Amino acid sequence: MSIPPPIAMLAELTHRCPLSCPYCSNPIEMARQDQELDTDTWTRVFHEAAALGVLQLHLSGGEPASRRDLEALVRAARDAGLYTNLITSGIGLTEKRLGALDGAGLDHVQLSLQGTSPEMADEIGGYKGGFKRKMQVAEWIGQIGFPLTLNAVLHRRNLHQLPRALEMAVEMGARRIEVATVQFHGWALKNRDAFMPTRDQAREATRIVAQARKELAGVLVIDYVPADYHEDYPKRCMGGWGTTGLNVTPDGLVLPCHAAQTIKHLTFDRVQDKPLADIWYQGAAFNAYRGTGWMAEPCKSCERKTIDFGGCRCQAMAILGDPNATDPVCIKSPHHGALQATADTHASQAGASLVYRAQPRRATEPL
Amino acid sequence: MMQPGDIPALPRGVRLHYDAIRETWVLLAPERAVTLDGIGHAILSEVDGTRSFAEIIDLLAKKFNAPAEHITKDSDDFLQALRLRRFLEVSP
Repeated sequence: MSIPPPIAMLAELTHRCPLSCPYCSNPIEMARQDQELDTDTWTRVFHEAAALGVLQLHLSGGEPASRRDLEALVRAARDAGLYTNLITSGIGLTEKRLGALDGAGLDHVQLSLQGTSPEMADEIGGYKGGFKRKMQVAEWIGQIGFPLTLNAVLHRRNLHQLPRALEMAVEMGARRIEVATVQFHGWALKNRDAFMPTRDQAREATRIVAQARKELAGVLVIDYVPADYHEDYPKRCMGGWGTTGLNVTPDGLVLPCHAAQTIKHLTFDRVQDKPLADIWYQGAAFNAYRGTGWMAEPCKSCERKTIDFGGCRCQAMAILGDPNATDPVCIKSPHHGALQATADTHASQAGASLVYRAQPRRATEPL
Repeated sequence: MMQPGDIPALPRGVRLHYDAIRETWVLLAPERAVTLDGIGHAILSEVDGTRSFAEIIDLLAKKFNAPAEHITKDSDDFLQALRLRRFLEVSP
């Protein structure tokens, strides 16, 4: 199999964040500020990424605005020829900083939405006043004219707000909305009782999205991530392991996906030690689940094996303890029935409390 | 359907880019990259935010020495698809 060059790179600039969303995709063990890559190293990595074939750079975190050199990083990425996308909660952005990012050549902003009311958004984000601030930031984004995607993260507590989220996207002038039902990785795994949608909610969300796509055609593009546990076929995770994208952590590890560190037998290279191209083409973690050679039954003989590549490796690991297994979301997995029953149990835990994401330790704190 | 007087334009955040690694033109847009074939690239190369759809067809018909009705159909389909994805704006 010939290995295609990657199209997208997710640069996790920092794990620091003013919010503490209980579904954060950051790992439980986070990188400290003093371990973060410096401006020059990121600049080199951006140039290596462009030379490797990356077109889209997603600047993420944590909260990327927590990096004081964000403007310099955007400029460096544009100089390297990359399309620059800022994935932000908006907290930490001022009108002045947004102006500087505009001057640096930032192409696009993806703004997260924790809820459509201050009560919901501030409770989920764990940050009082966050919603109000975010609405102010959205206004500045509109005034500057940045293309905007609203990223609405939905779960059992706020799925009823989906219609309002769609309206807000239109009101803000967003060209696109991601309707993303929480995927259970990272901190979200600790919050399945609080966040698992009911089967009815999942079905209703799919209906609302289908209807809105018709009504808003040409006005708002809707990308939809359905409630995974209630589906019959798994997601084509990362567009196929090691085919489309890569992820660089704040301290320089290069991962095939943001949750890959949960697969304990994998080893990861660092941008400080090796060129990005070597890591992409020869790295052990990238080759571990590339293509279909690693598969066992029922994936091995499945007609869908190059459609979804057996689903999510990290989910097989998290639920079955076996990263080589068929994603248990799949109807062909012997564990599909058990997963659906588990989902229903999680979804019936009324009043389950939230486990908030922690902050990275400071350099002086002991392990 | 694009009308003859419609003026198509690439909005902010959508741009043509030559991908030297894959040796092809791509349209870069928010969180998307669309590979362009020769026809797509030829059409978008004439989109400058001032030319009308009719003027673009005229230029392409001369350039490729092809019947205007064929080019109209191809260009209309292509531009409409981009418009639906919010990669193209059209002003009357």
